[in-house]
Amino acid sequence: MSEQPLIYARGLVKRFGDFTAVDGIDLEVAPGEAFGFLGPNGAGKSSTMRMISCVSLPTGGELRILGLDPARDGSRIRARLGVCPQLDNLDPDLSVRENLTTYARYFGLSKAQARSRADELLDFAQLQEKASSAVEPLSGGMKRRLTIARALVNDPDLVLLDEPTTGLDPQARHLLWERLFRLKQRGTTLVLTTHYMDEAEQLCDRLVVMDGGRIVAEGSPRSLIETYSTPEVVELRFADGVDYAGKLEGIGRIDPLPDRILLYADDGDAAVAEVHRRGLTPSSVLVRRSSLEDVFLQLTGRTLVD
Amino acid sequence: MAHPTVAVLERHLHLYRRLWRASVFSSFILPVLFLVSIGIGVGGYIGDIEGEDYLVWIVPGVMASTAFQMAIGESTYSVLGDFKWVRAYHAMRATPVEIRDMVAGWMLYILFRVEIAAVVFLGITGLFGALRSPWAVVTPLIAALVAVAAAAPVTAFAASIDQDSYFALLFRFVMIPSTLFAGVFFPVEQLPEALRPLAYLSPLWHGVELSRAATIGVAPPWPAAVHVGYLLAFAAAGLLWAVSAFRKRLQD
Ligand SMILES: Nc1ncnc2c1ncn2[C@@H]1O[C@H](COP(=O)(O)OP(=O)(O)OP(=O)(O)O)[C@@H](O)[C@H]1O
Ligand SMILES: [Mg+2]
Repeated sequence: MSEQPLIYARGLVKRFGDFTAVDGIDLEVAPGEAFGFLGPNGAGKSSTMRMISCVSLPTGGELRILGLDPARDGSRIRARLGVCPQLDNLDPDLSVRENLTTYARYFGLSKAQARSRADELLDFAQLQEKASSAVEPLSGGMKRRLTIARALVNDPDLVLLDEPTTGLDPQARHLLWERLFRLKQRGTTLVLTTHYMDEAEQLCDRLVVMDGGRIVAEGSPRSLIETYSTPEVVELRFADGVDYAGKLEGIGRIDPLPDRILLYADDGDAAVAEVHRRGLTPSSVLVRRSSLEDVFLQLTGRTLVD
Repeated sequence: MAHPTVAVLERHLHLYRRLWRASVFSSFILPVLFLVSIGIGVGGYIGDIEGEDYLVWIVPGVMASTAFQMAIGESTYSVLGDFKWVRAYHAMRATPVEIRDMVAGWMLYILFRVEIAAVVFLGITGLFGALRSPWAVVTPLIAALVAVAAAAPVTAFAASIDQDSYFALLFRFVMIPSTLFAGVFFPVEQLPEALRPLAYLSPLWHGVELSRAATIGVAPPWPAAVHVGYLLAFAAAGLLWAVSAFRKRLQD
């Protein structure tokens, strides 16, 4: 029973009219896993998440959440999920605490349970001081934390987070990562979508890269980097507008971007030495570890965050 | 364990607690001002109508039409806003709350609002000496029927549209004409015969006639069961429409 996947999808499809947003994807997420969807705008991440959350029904394919069928047992499944949607839908005229207690009541918690759960979650989200403030004047980061806290009122078996940190400043983002990491350590199964490579690398045990409604790659962050990139990447910028791509041939795989050239190499310093040996004088040179961004670029030919 | 419908009702009550002062004026004071101005002021010129003092005659009409107008007014911007701006129903959708709980919770909230107004209004008109029959105690129930019959389809309408400018049309072409021509201020028999069926279609007319029969203690123009049956059927159809409109709005 414990080995049964929490999410099981085969050939999952979502269409809006003639438009196919999710085009036949297969998924399996095991209990305790932290699983990520990575992909550019419009890839179909949210559409997939909404089907998993049982708020939107699949147009085709097979979907089982917690071993149950969303079409028949939606309400029973939702009782055990925690959902943080891409757009916050907090009640702006209720206080921070009331947002938590009201939501807890939707899950059938008693008033006393709802109050004590709200206190725990205010702690978790570091919002104790704001407990009786209205939601409207909160910062974006606070609202996001509240939405995530709200998703935990029912102590869910599976937490679904659609772009939990988009639009937050780095501090707010790091605070959220830390909170999500705690959840993960407690054994909560996390599924999240993100545009941020570092987020996926930090939080996910396993992820899929989506593009155009399909899964184009799958694996752990490390294995994806190993498969689709090289250990190191050299970023070269040249002051003049000359096309240097030809002159770099043979050093490694080259990706010319509008503002810089990426050079994929097993050994970055050796590649830089070769560039200089050829008499080229880039205005800036950066040797860095390869990241999921490079994987994505390799897979789709596009940068992720535009 | 609290039923999810109750949880939805609680949410609306929580929000109302912050606004109730503003709404007191329209729900209690306005109908009373109305009675004083039209019932006593205008009534002084008119004298009796159907053998009753004009004030006595108009009280049940004003009561039913207050329920009608409150039910409609409450079910417009609030419902659209909870879909479009607040997305409160989208939030509920991700919980065990079912669509029918959302609609039922909302209707209970409307009933809560209307019933308070109806009972207070009944008490005040009692003090004015405007109630002629002990049957008057059933008028809050009639107000409840009128409220659901009016609120359910308007809620469905509000859940189906994307722009609040449609509400102006609803007020202008449905709510105001219904109030003016549903036997609240004068008997429907005064209308040209060709127009009367329009009044019969309005749930308000049935509510007004039932209320009037109750406060004056006479038989309604049609058998009471027909009036009640019409209101129930209207309410049931509105509720079905509301459930389907919510479902449609929340799918995907
Ligand atoms: N309700 C809807 N009706 C019509 N089209 C939709 C609907 N929801 C999503 N789409 C379309 O489906 C495609 C996938 O959208 P989705 O929101 O799943 O992408 P995403 O990967 O989450 O993108 P983003 O990173 O911008 O959030 C988009 O082209 C979008 O316009
Ligand atoms: Mg999205």
